[in-house]
Amino acid sequence: MAGKGKRGTDIEKSVLINNFEKRGWIQVTENEDWNFYWMSVQTIRNVFSVETGYRLSDDQIVNHFPNHYELTRKDLMVKNIKRYRKELEKEGSPLAEKDENGKYLYLDFVPVTYMLPADYNLFVEEFRKSPSSTWIMKPCGKAQGKGIFLINKLSQIKKWSRDSKTSSFVTQSTKEAYVISLYINNPLLIGGRKFDLRLYVLVSTYRPLRCYMYKLGFCRFCTVKYTPSTSELDNMFVHLTNVAIQKHGEDYNHIHGGKWTVSNLRLYLESTRGKEVTSKLFDEIHWIIVQSLKAVAPVMNNDKHCFECYGYDIIIDDKLKPWLIEVNASPSLTSSTANDRILKYNLINDTLNIAVPNGEIPDCKWNKSPPKEVLGNYEILYDEELAQGDGADRELRSRQGQSQGPKGGRSRDSGRTVLTTWK
Amino acid sequence: MEKRMNASLQRPEIKLQSLKEDIKEFFKISGWEKKLQNAVYSELSVFPLPSHPAAPPEHLKEPLVYMRKAQGSWEKRILKSLNSMCTELSIPLARKRPVGEQKELLNKWNEMGTDEPDLSLFRPVYAPKDFLEVLINLRNPNYENGDSLSFRTHLGLIQVPLKVKDIPELKEFFVELGLTTGQLGIDDSTQVPPELFENEHVRIGQKVLAEQDSAAAQQYIRQGSPTALRAELWALILNISSQPEDILYYEQLKTNVIQHDLLVDSLIYKDVKLTASNDDYYFVFEDYLYQVLLCFSRDTSVLGHFAYNSASPPKSYIRGKLGLEEYAVFYPPNGVIPFHGFSMYVAPLCFLYHEPSKLYQIFREMYVRFFFRLHSISSHPSGIVSLCLLFETLLQTYLPQLFYHLREIGAQPLRISFKWMVRAFSGYLATDQLLLLWDRILGYNSLEILAVLAAAVFAFRAVNLMEVTSLAAAEAVLADLSTLKVMPLLQIFLFATVT
Repeated sequence: MAGKGKRGTDIEKSVLINNFEKRGWIQVTENEDWNFYWMSVQTIRNVFSVETGYRLSDDQIVNHFPNHYELTRKDLMVKNIKRYRKELEKEGSPLAEKDENGKYLYLDFVPVTYMLPADYNLFVEEFRKSPSSTWIMKPCGKAQGKGIFLINKLSQIKKWSRDSKTSSFVTQSTKEAYVISLYINNPLLIGGRKFDLRLYVLVSTYRPLRCYMYKLGFCRFCTVKYTPSTSELDNMFVHLTNVAIQKHGEDYNHIHGGKWTVSNLRLYLESTRGKEVTSKLFDEIHWIIVQSLKAVAPVMNNDKHCFECYGYDIIIDDKLKPWLIEVNASPSLTSSTANDRILKYNLINDTLNIAVPNGEIPDCKWNKSPPKEVLGNYEILYDEELAQGDGADRELRSRQGQSQGPKGGRSRDSGRTVLTTWK
Repeated sequence: MEKRMNASLQRPEIKLQSLKEDIKEFFKISGWEKKLQNAVYSELSVFPLPSHPAAPPEHLKEPLVYMRKAQGSWEKRILKSLNSMCTELSIPLARKRPVGEQKELLNKWNEMGTDEPDLSLFRPVYAPKDFLEVLINLRNPNYENGDSLSFRTHLGLIQVPLKVKDIPELKEFFVELGLTTGQLGIDDSTQVPPELFENEHVRIGQKVLAEQDSAAAQQYIRQGSPTALRAELWALILNISSQPEDILYYEQLKTNVIQHDLLVDSLIYKDVKLTASNDDYYFVFEDYLYQVLLCFSRDTSVLGHFAYNSASPPKSYIRGKLGLEEYAVFYPPNGVIPFHGFSMYVAPLCFLYHEPSKLYQIFREMYVRFFFRLHSISSHPSGIVSLCLLFETLLQTYLPQLFYHLREIGAQPLRISFKWMVRAFSGYLATDQLLLLWDRILGYNSLEILAVLAAAVFAFRAVNLMEVTSLAAAEAVLADLSTLKVMPLLQIFLFATVT
């Protein structure tokens, strides 16, 4: 019967089910024996919790790392990145180099962020330095754009003030943890509209770090023209690119779903801005993804039963600088258009091919190094083992080259597997 | 240009005694010589060769009488359709906007795509398939091919005897697409190391741009344009440079749009909403399309191209003065009535130009050089009639089994490929492939490549097409061209197929 694994899923989505059936996997419930389980984040919490958890056996694989929230919760992600930067600075690593204004040269990819209510006073200090700036408030644990709003006046977030007199009357639940970030009010606009990038990154192990980037990411456009005008700060159709929000807009189109492929973006940028700056942009995007993973790698529970496919949200500003907005542990598997369905089906297919090779019953002892042929639309983004093999100082040299701008940039490999030109 | 040249001639280096040499020298150094050359080259590319001095101006438009007549009756039909829509909906062809409405439109200029008016009563004036029916019925009254079928009989839909190239002639014409010449679209793929072709080609492209030589650019682009250089190369070949007066002209057109509302505006609006807005690649640029097309309708400089276009601009008369020439106006002002899919001529250009007046200029030039031929009846080798005949002849001659089979099941190939050619494949191919195709249109100054590509697509899908038994099934096999790579298809069809 070789390899007809038993699988369960918390998420009843056709792109998943079709892929399971394609591999001839038998569906079971969570109480039975299973080999593969596509879990929701709640279930993962239960499986790995101290009280209710259980040990996974060698032939069981799940799709989340136990403490993925170190990366996927907005506040923890920022905390980890800040910690990572400080560590590098202490080590004297050239990666942590700063410019004359004190901004990190290579590690400044997350907008200035504070936790509320914990950092409220720090935030106020920063806010007062540039009082005309706009900030974005996001609840730490929510998704799909829920609960997000923009502010440009301190009075709008009085509730989160720790010293606020109202705090004693407010119950604990309403002082939910939020992060407040400097709003990127100069996003790159195409056709006058704001968009963000959704990229899929598969991590099969954190130590050594091995991650893959899905080539077919996409851009999500707002249906309404962008304006930084303060009168439109409440208009979520202008500012939030989440499909969950945009699809309720009047002008939402179900044929294309407001989505562009990343290759369209690349073609447009190369044609209108030139090849060097476009390549630099994409290199930087790869760089920030790898850095974010490196930042959480030390604190991640690198359970060998786990793999994870993250949804990275990136915004590009009008100076072609990419910013990491957040990382999603459970990127939406809902399909909003026909193309979407095909993309997500293939995404899961390629993911499963890497995580569970040959579709057979998994064995956690394998070295998690899939052969090149099964990658499908994934490309190796970073492989720590390979990188260490080639010596660590190439990285430093190539990073310093980058500070001279595109001309000082690294040379490309003779092949096109450019994602690993730097290590 | 003359004015600018005169202005720059007020220089101390130019002395009266050696005027001629001084001017020549000055032109060379200052780059004016190049600009003049480019301007002359541009005119040569656009206007037909000088013909017999006694030939009347209609011959410049179209030498064959029966073609002229056919185009004339087609135009009458279109105008009738437009006028009846006008009467039915009780909407004037043109009206001046009240001041309040003008202000509103000015505010909305960058987002005309939102808050659309009610367009449900408008229909496109015609669609490509209506036009195809007219072409199918074209006959040359002087041509008698007899009732008996022979191997010479043309089995396709087009039944007029025009000269079209065969494959040996096409191979000669498109010699730079041959197997031994490097191409972008083939030799820049991931498996090929860039040192072999791509790097050098890019370097040459940069040199061509530095020299600002239109003719060299046109020759260069036959092998395809690197994405980063394409916008500039096309501008160079089309001899477009954004001078202040061009920007001013565009602004003037914009003012015309604000002040007057035309019936064709609604047609344009409807067309964009039906086509580009639903397109995976072009929906982002919806607002640019309005900005270009609404201005285009009001641009009377476009009337100039009717000198060499078999079509003539529709004439309308001021109310009550029917037939009095002094009260005739061209309608729309640019003489071009848009049809279903017209906005797709503009859409791909949005990937290259994001500055509205430049985008506008490029589109206008592309239209008066190439696109107009795709929807007017003429005998020109790049006219749609010749393209259809070329397509059918290629198929019948080199893929006879396929052609015969499709004909037998009631799926005449032209019925499927016509829409591709009328739109120059816009909206059917992936954008990067479309741009590589349009590179070659510019490079060879001819639209024949559209017919060759159409035939190549049929050749590529021949195996599947041989198995279908109905027109609908054939359409289905050819419904999705978005994965096709055009250059390999063209190369294989022209240079690597055993005939």
